[in-house]
Amino acid sequence: MATAEATAPAARPAGVNVGRAVRRYGWTAAVYVLFAILMVATVVIKPDYGPFEWNTLTLAALPLAFAAAAQTAIVLSGGIDLSIGPLMALANVLSLHATLGHDLAYSLAAAAVVLLVVTIAGALNGAIIVVTRVPDIVITLATSFIWAGVALLVLARPTPGIPLDFQNLAQGSAISPWVPNALVLLFVIPLLWVPLRRSRAGLSIYAVGSDRNAAFRSGVDLGWTRVLAYAVGGFFAACGGLALSMTTGVGTPLAGTLYTLSAVSAIVLGGVSLAGGRGGMLGPVAAAYILSLIPAVLIYLGIDPNYGQMIQGVLIVLVVMIGGIGAVLRRT
Amino acid sequence: MSARVATTLRVVQQRSILVLIGLLVALAALIEIIRPGAVNASWVSNILEFAAPLGILAAGQTLVVITGGIDLSVANVATAAAYIMASQVPHGVVRAIVLGLLVGVVVGMINGIGVAVFRVQPLIMTLAMGLVVTGSLNVYGQSDRARGVPVVPEVIHTLGSGTVLGYVPVSLFLWGALAVLLIVGLRGTGFGRLLYALGDNPEATRLAGVRGWQVLLANYTACGLLSAVAGLVLAGTVNAADLGLATILLLPSVAAVVIGGTSIFGGSGSYSGTFVGALILTVLNSVLTLLDVPDAVKQVLYGAIIVLLAAVYTRVLGRD
Repeated sequence: MATAEATAPAARPAGVNVGRAVRRYGWTAAVYVLFAILMVATVVIKPDYGPFEWNTLTLAALPLAFAAAAQTAIVLSGGIDLSIGPLMALANVLSLHATLGHDLAYSLAAAAVVLLVVTIAGALNGAIIVVTRVPDIVITLATSFIWAGVALLVLARPTPGIPLDFQNLAQGSAISPWVPNALVLLFVIPLLWVPLRRSRAGLSIYAVGSDRNAAFRSGVDLGWTRVLAYAVGGFFAACGGLALSMTTGVGTPLAGTLYTLSAVSAIVLGGVSLAGGRGGMLGPVAAAYILSLIPAVLIYLGIDPNYGQMIQGVLIVLVVMIGGIGAVLRRT
Repeated sequence: MSARVATTLRVVQQRSILVLIGLLVALAALIEIIRPGAVNASWVSNILEFAAPLGILAAGQTLVVITGGIDLSVANVATAAAYIMASQVPHGVVRAIVLGLLVGVVVGMINGIGVAVFRVQPLIMTLAMGLVVTGSLNVYGQSDRARGVPVVPEVIHTLGSGTVLGYVPVSLFLWGALAVLLIVGLRGTGFGRLLYALGDNPEATRLAGVRGWQVLLANYTACGLLSAVAGLVLAGTVNAADLGLATILLLPSVAAVVIGGTSIFGGSGSYSGTFVGALILTVLNSVLTLLDVPDAVKQVLYGAIIVLLAAVYTRVLGRD
């Protein structure tokens, strides 16, 4: 009896636990398979699909991927931020304001300041939620008004003028035509996220998201952890806003509106549980590519791209309903 | 001394509706101070007229929030209902109105099926349905069927902006009737009590033998229908229907519910609070209009004041 108990845990690390691996990585793998299938279908539909089309896709997906990363960091901590889009717009218009008519070195310094400012704005969302104890949905819906208003104050109407050198950071392809800069820039996400997740703070984010009481009793500082998650979200939203500046070259105060919804779509499709504590960054990034590919495919097929939004909604409903069926079946 | 403060606090907590009405009066007084003589019968009439669409939209939201859910598609549904109604007028006004209301019923029902049967989180379900509705509406708006300019029929225009005896808005009769129905229905009917029960403790409700999915399905359908009604009233108030008609009402619809004292986690609250909440937000808008500042500043102030109100409500009145 005692020996059996002693050997059982020891035996486990030897073999790979298939069930657990599937549970943990199955969804992410499925998202990448779905993306691969869609890419194959795209190439079939459009046989002359080349580096240019691939570059266009990576450019379209870059801001959304950052928006999805921002929402992921926050949702993992058990929150939600409905002001991601306005935060991106804020970073976008601030960067136009700061870089207009300057060279690359100055633009990079300005971009760093914008990153800092919008990270603080994101952290402020979290701080207000923690201090007032008002539910996150209500606060971030209200702050979405505030950040959108601030963005409008910075820049009243869409204005071009992001320095070309700065735009080329995302628009060119320095390594190879099939590896555009916009794809390389995605590595900002793991650059911040991988060390964070391995740190105590990152673990706290997951802990607070999966069980707030248990995290509290284990000595996790709930308030600071939640603010940290919102700050990380703010940072990625700022990256998304800068990505908008680089990919479009324009400062648009209303640019972010669609990204709030699309970011939620991307994380749902990417397998991040809205209940918090479960999921990673890999799934949502692939989902951002899928969501950006759909309108392009519609154009290749000669269908009104207005169907894109509809298809995105239907896709999300289907995905969550399939997830729901799973939950219902497991219960019975 | 402190006992007296505690007693006062308890009275205030139990009668939070009085605090809300006090806030409403204070805001009106503020307007009167900024611009003496501004608060008169026609101002009150105006406020009621503009509060009615928001109040009806927030009515659906209240029903959903009481069950612990949220509906982020209400504004999209209201817009779609109004636009489809207005574009179908050439085929007959009655048919147009019925089609408009049908949009709400169908979308609400799909939301309900997703939430109640497939156990999808309300936030995701309604967000996605909002995308579907707006996407479909954009496609519809560019199709041949809606090529004609959308017209708001006379009866809807009267409903939205007509007045009786010079000052009483026609929409107030509809809003008032719905309010009485909701307040009495939530308090006194089995269906109403089930909504609170589901919001408070779904598991206990299930063990008590309630088929929760039927209640939720009916509830989300009712919310969709109310959203559609709000859209039609709004189209009548502004006498136009475009593809972004009610978009700005999403935040106020949630804010009116929260300020009105309904817990976003479900299980408590009432429509009387939401009713006053909708009035407060409309008066607040009127205050901001008087301030004569750029729209962007108004937007920032509006968001900030909602945060402040919600915070005060949550902290001072000890609601969660």
